[in-house]
Amino acid sequence: MRNLLIFITKYNAFFLFLIFEISSIIIYVKYNSFQKASVINSSNEVTGRLYTQINGLYDYLSLKEVNDSLARENARLRNQQKSSFYIDTIARHKINDTVFKTQYEYIDAKVINNSTNHSYNYITINRGSKDGIAVGMGVISGAGIVGKVVNVTEHLANVQSMLNKDTRFSVMLAKNREIGYIRWGDDLNPTKGMLMDVTNNAQPKLGEMVVTSGYSLFPQGIPVGRITNLHPKGGGISLNMEVTFSVDFTKLQYVDVVDYKFAKEQEGLEALQKKDD
Amino acid sequence: MIRTIIINVLRFIVLVFIQVFLLKNITLYNLSTPYLYILFILLLPFETPNILLFPLAFLMGLTIDAFYDTPGLHAAACVILALVRVMFINITVQKEGFDNEPEPTLSIMGFRWFFTYILVLTLFHHFFLFNLEVFNLSDIQFTLSRIVLSTLFTVFLILISGLLFYRRKERK
Repeated sequence: MRNLLIFITKYNAFFLFLIFEISSIIIYVKYNSFQKASVINSSNEVTGRLYTQINGLYDYLSLKEVNDSLARENARLRNQQKSSFYIDTIARHKINDTVFKTQYEYIDAKVINNSTNHSYNYITINRGSKDGIAVGMGVISGAGIVGKVVNVTEHLANVQSMLNKDTRFSVMLAKNREIGYIRWGDDLNPTKGMLMDVTNNAQPKLGEMVVTSGYSLFPQGIPVGRITNLHPKGGGISLNMEVTFSVDFTKLQYVDVVDYKFAKEQEGLEALQKKDD
Repeated sequence: MIRTIIINVLRFIVLVFIQVFLLKNITLYNLSTPYLYILFILLLPFETPNILLFPLAFLMGLTIDAFYDTPGLHAAACVILALVRVMFINITVQKEGFDNEPEPTLSIMGFRWFFTYILVLTLFHHFFLFNLEVFNLSDIQFTLSRIVLSTLFTVFLILISGLLFYRRKERK
């Protein structure tokens, strides 16, 4: 017993190392596979508040870009207004509004923390469960899709960015509506993604738009990016190609969270189907 | 004694702020990312007992993790860094010299020793940090180039900060 104690005190550095190394590896493995529902992340009160304050400073530095993008979005929305179209048919059917039920609702939010240079990037936004945000909702910005909500506190939420090796979204080619899925590219480049598993007879072209398919969290037709490289990798039964994101993730400022009203219903229905198999 | 504690607490806070609000946003060509915060562990006094050194390294790592959203990753790398630090100092510094050489800084230890010290320790830290983050060996070449280039960046920043606080008079 005494010899053991002497042994431990003599090599105390090694044993201390073992204790702390094992505990940190445990923390690492545990919290990174459970979507980080932990105390130690940036939705945490202290780090969250610090980020909010520092963000106030950053806001002044990027006012010009935000103004530009808002002006652009204003112009785009004005183009969609009824008054900007020439009405060529006078006879119109009037449709009773009760036929429609809101399917998607948008909640605006501001990015208060963002990273683009890791293998697994996350965004923190300043809206939480109090504003109606729940885990699993999609997030878009004026230019295209951004990610999905993975973690919510009362006032803040964590968004798993498109620039995350775990992120997959169902998308399609805008022209011929061939379905595939989008994921981040392999070389940690914040502007490039990979479009995977498109059928071989799709015949995509360089510069073609890729948009959301409407099969997952997002409404159909939200832009994702443009095809910039057609190199078929892996080959076989499906095509893969490189896509340049339409969103500039390094300058993300304002986003919209998409509340898909039928998400629960769709999940339940599809779960039934799996049971039958 | 109290002065050393105050200096190290201040150093901890300042380095965390620099790392989280400034260096976190810097990446050169998606390859080179500086992690200056390890300077805190590198500059702890020689006489820091191991029972204090490891918890401090662990705490520093966890603090950075809290801001980087990677619980445990930086903590693991920092604890490894602390072990390498203990071994490196055991090999290269004589125990009797601790009285007039209290801290492993550039102004006290001289350029040659300090440069080897930070280069070796930074390499170890970055090696484990990046490999733990990627967690597979399939694109090891890419990871290795990230490690080497990030190490160069970090060492560069550490040398600059060493020169900033260089005091000639302290050398005896």
